[in-house]
Amino acid sequence: MSNRRKPIVSTGDRLLGAFGARTVIGIPYVWLLLLFLVPFIIVMKISISESDGIHFKDMFTISDGTLTWNVKWGNYAFLASDALYVKTYLSSLYYAAITTLICLFIGYPFAYFMARSPAAWRPALLMMVMLPFWTSLLLRVFAWKGLLANNGVINDILLGLGIVSEPIKMMNTSFSLVIGMVYAYLPFMILPLYANLVKLDIRLLEAASDLGARPLTAFWKITVPLSKAGIVAGSMLVFIPCVGEFVIPELLGGPSTLMIGRVLWDEFFSNNDWAMASAVAVVMVLLIIIPLAIFNKYQTENAAREKGRA
Amino acid sequence: MKSKFGLGWLIAVYLFLYLPILTLVVFSFNDSRLNTSWGGFTFKWYAEIVNDREIREALWLSLKIAFFTATASVILGTLAAFAMVRYTKFRGRTLFSGMINAPLVMPEVIIGLSLLLMLVSVQRAFGFPERGIMTIWLGHTLLGMAYAAVVIQSRLMEMDKSLEEAAMDLGCRPHQVFRLVTLPMISQSMVSAWLLTFTISLDDVVLSAFLSGPGSTTLPIVIFSRAKLGLSPTINAVATVMITIVAVGVIFGSIWLARQEKKRAEEQAAAYREAQPT
Repeated sequence: MSNRRKPIVSTGDRLLGAFGARTVIGIPYVWLLLLFLVPFIIVMKISISESDGIHFKDMFTISDGTLTWNVKWGNYAFLASDALYVKTYLSSLYYAAITTLICLFIGYPFAYFMARSPAAWRPALLMMVMLPFWTSLLLRVFAWKGLLANNGVINDILLGLGIVSEPIKMMNTSFSLVIGMVYAYLPFMILPLYANLVKLDIRLLEAASDLGARPLTAFWKITVPLSKAGIVAGSMLVFIPCVGEFVIPELLGGPSTLMIGRVLWDEFFSNNDWAMASAVAVVMVLLIIIPLAIFNKYQTENAAREKGRA
Repeated sequence: MKSKFGLGWLIAVYLFLYLPILTLVVFSFNDSRLNTSWGGFTFKWYAEIVNDREIREALWLSLKIAFFTATASVILGTLAAFAMVRYTKFRGRTLFSGMINAPLVMPEVIIGLSLLLMLVSVQRAFGFPERGIMTIWLGHTLLGMAYAAVVIQSRLMEMDKSLEEAAMDLGCRPHQVFRLVTLPMISQSMVSAWLLTFTISLDDVVLSAFLSGPGSTTLPIVIFSRAKLGLSPTINAVATVMITIVAVGVIFGSIWLARQEKKRAEEQAAAYREAQPT
């Protein structure tokens, strides 16, 4: 890109002019501001408003010429002091991290072998990773209920083969929760890894081998560092949504598998405490803000790289 | 040895991905109410869902929402992709790219809660909108637009800008450039973005639950509330129907896309041949 002469006017401007630029950028911009940023600011506001559940006082009131702030930090104080909330946040981070690691462990070799497979196979192999992703996640998670239940398919097989004498309890445990999340998010790990590994210049590995590096050394010193961008992207795509996952813990988790997404849901739908639900959401965003920034940086850099190649 | 291990790994992961789907399909034909033991072949669960008014109405509503979501997402996503690719510098671009990327990973409970609280504030101030199809559509389109933007963006980046510039140099007007050059180049990615956002909308539980009102129950909400109660064979039948629809759609869609790609490559090759001096 650097050796190319930069056009004086961008193609977009030449094509559409200043008015067009304002329309093309403006419409999605306003849409995102109104439906993504403003709502979140409202959540922050509500989390510190005085309320009776679902009605909120104004931020400040002016009476007799004096300005009174109606801000209360009580929800946050409660979040920090209540051991169960703290434990739930930690446990959500823990399950998200475990899920990410398992996805990486399964997904990396998978993407690697896929990228090393004959070129003619690759589109079909890729298609087969995408296909489950197109079918309903809800239904695929539901399927695990039937597989993991005490009288489910897996236990039936184990009993039938005489490997166990009584059914293993798998449903509503941390096992079923993690297996559900790994299952649901594995394609999100595989796709960026594959996109990265398939571009890897095989000659680098040949050179390493010629210079006497063993395959494993070459793998750790060349393949892994060069696929770092894919590892980061895949891990963020799995980790961030897993922290706040609701559907999978609700269907496959149990009372002991604490997840913050369920807590937020219950505060909102069962307790009707909107202010508390908002505070829970704000703290959750604070926990994922750094991974979010990393993800955004990766997406932007990736876009710049693609553009540089074109 | 190494390639055998590799092949084994691939097969094992594919089994992991497909076995649950397979069990759904198999058990949808199971005569026993239990989801485990095989009680013989039957179509009765399919008959049951055909007669289930709640499921029929929810499916119809979900399809409507998915259609409008996909259409709006592709329009907004195309604009956003253009903004990101064709304009490298404008004020607030960092915020813009952040807001496009965030919905891809942001936990849905947060998006759902904040959208709902915003809509409630608007409703208290202006008296509308009521929660229902419209508000679900807004939420789904926020999510769908982000996905559509990513899909179309990657296609736009691959596309050679000089084609558009050549068309302009040859005197095409902007709308002609868009219609004759840009649109044919990105139309395939728009189709796949449409299909993707359609399925995302058709599947969404969390946003729909936050944003739905009385009388606007989508199919995933019905499935989710039944699934929570336990294993129900009718869900297997619903699942099989949906999987079949999606599989058929995706397979025909990709065949069509592959044909278009081939046709375009041939046309391009022909154009180059003609342009070549003899």
